[in-house]
Amino acid sequence: MSDHAGPLPVPTPETRRYWEAARRHVLELPRCRACGHRFFYPRAACPRCLSADLEWVQASGRGTLHTFTVVHRGARDFPLGTPYVIAIVELAEGPRLMTNLVDVEPDPARLRIGMPVEVVFADVSADVALPRFRPARA
Amino acid sequence: MTRMRGRVAIVGAAESDEMGRLPHKSAFALHAEAARNALADAGLEKDDVDAVFTAGLWMASEAAEYLGLRPRYVDGTQIGGCSFIAHVEHAMGAIAAGLCEVALITHGESGASRVAMPGMRFGPDSVRLQFEAPFGLAGPPTGYALAAARHMHEFGTTSEQLAEVAVATRKWAALNPRAAMRDPLTVDDVLASRMISWPLHLLDCCLVTDAGGAVVVTSAERARDLPKRPVYVLGTGEASTHVIVSQMPDFARWDAARIAGERAFAMAGVAPADVDVAMLYDAFTIVPIMALEALGFCKPGEGGPFVAGQRTAPGGAFPMNTNGGGLSYTHTGMYGIFTLIEAVWQLRGECGARQVPDCRVALCHGLGGMFSAAATLVASTDV
Repeated sequence: MSDHAGPLPVPTPETRRYWEAARRHVLELPRCRACGHRFFYPRAACPRCLSADLEWVQASGRGTLHTFTVVHRGARDFPLGTPYVIAIVELAEGPRLMTNLVDVEPDPARLRIGMPVEVVFADVSADVALPRFRPARA
Repeated sequence: MTRMRGRVAIVGAAESDEMGRLPHKSAFALHAEAARNALADAGLEKDDVDAVFTAGLWMASEAAEYLGLRPRYVDGTQIGGCSFIAHVEHAMGAIAAGLCEVALITHGESGASRVAMPGMRFGPDSVRLQFEAPFGLAGPPTGYALAAARHMHEFGTTSEQLAEVAVATRKWAALNPRAAMRDPLTVDDVLASRMISWPLHLLDCCLVTDAGGAVVVTSAERARDLPKRPVYVLGTGEASTHVIVSQMPDFARWDAARIAGERAFAMAGVAPADVDVAMLYDAFTIVPIMALEALGFCKPGEGGPFVAGQRTAPGGAFPMNTNGGGLSYTHTGMYGIFTLIEAVWQLRGECGARQVPDCRVALCHGLGGMFSAAATLVASTDV
């Protein structure tokens, strides 16, 4: 089950729902009921209007590759061997997040900023699934 | 805003006695060397200092204690490596408000040897450990690579253009006896160096060193009674847009730099074309390229072509990072203080082989975090 010796997230009250959804392989985002803003990372107040009137909405899990790097000198104890791809994905719903791009050759010549990607969850411990992304298949 | 123009001056600027790899010196010893040297340069005594400014993972008052100072004004603003440039702005406000008179802005960092350095304090429930570390973010190169890749995608910036920055900066370093890396460098050398985090090669990345630096700021009135020519602060600006790289609002544009620069130029009443020497924090080769765009030296996306053809090298049209920069001179981790020191020395005409002729207006521009913050300062010996 675990392929992960690296750092694992420890939730805070405002992020617990996100990580619990991820464990069920569901990507959820906070949305502000006051102004409609969808944002990431989860906070206890909307970063656009500071309202605390927030709700969780399920994201499509689809997005585009916004930018990326191929890491050759990697983080210590990180389980994906070098080279690996760190990506910023812009979700279809708007917010961006950091992730890994997987199921691809870690070769800049074969990756294209703007390419469609989709979420794939990696069960890295009994309690934690990380949202990674791969090139969209459908 | 323009009423602050020329109200204070930098009257002392100095490095630590030693720079480089110094396992025999603590971070605070480097503070002490730099502070002592800067006060001597200013012609002031320790007891003249009534305000201390520093940034790090310590309390600012820890540096003051080590130096045996009892300041009545302390500022530990920490927005990354540009903090020391922001400190000049804060000192300007405090001095103008009559809250203090002689501000010591001091930096000491054992960046390479890690002697008496505080540890990182991020817990596993911190934002960065929840939302970045699980994906293998491997320190600053990884974060800056994300911006460099986006810049290349949007504007066609090339690895060769990035390398031009490293090569030009190394030429300046060759003229600075205190620079750590002085051997000649070519674009091909940069491109052939080990890939750290594509598109950044090893030689696109700054050094990691041990050093200290300090400047002394006081009112223009008091500055005129001191032995050296005052370097007047004409304009300042600072801005912060985020901290962790995944929150960067626009990966191809340095928003904080644009905001800081606009205010600094407006306060100073000068334009980019008036700048004789530009000290642009160069943690990575992409950083000064994005700074040139954000500060209006060129249009967005034109930073790559701007630096091509060794334009920023000695003898080029645009003298930049004349000390050899973070890429080849020194980079402790929070390099911003060194942009101030070099600017002061250039404006005073004290730079020897690397002196920029007729240097009247200098610009210092610092970087914080992951393009997260910026601080800009325009200075001149003429007010």
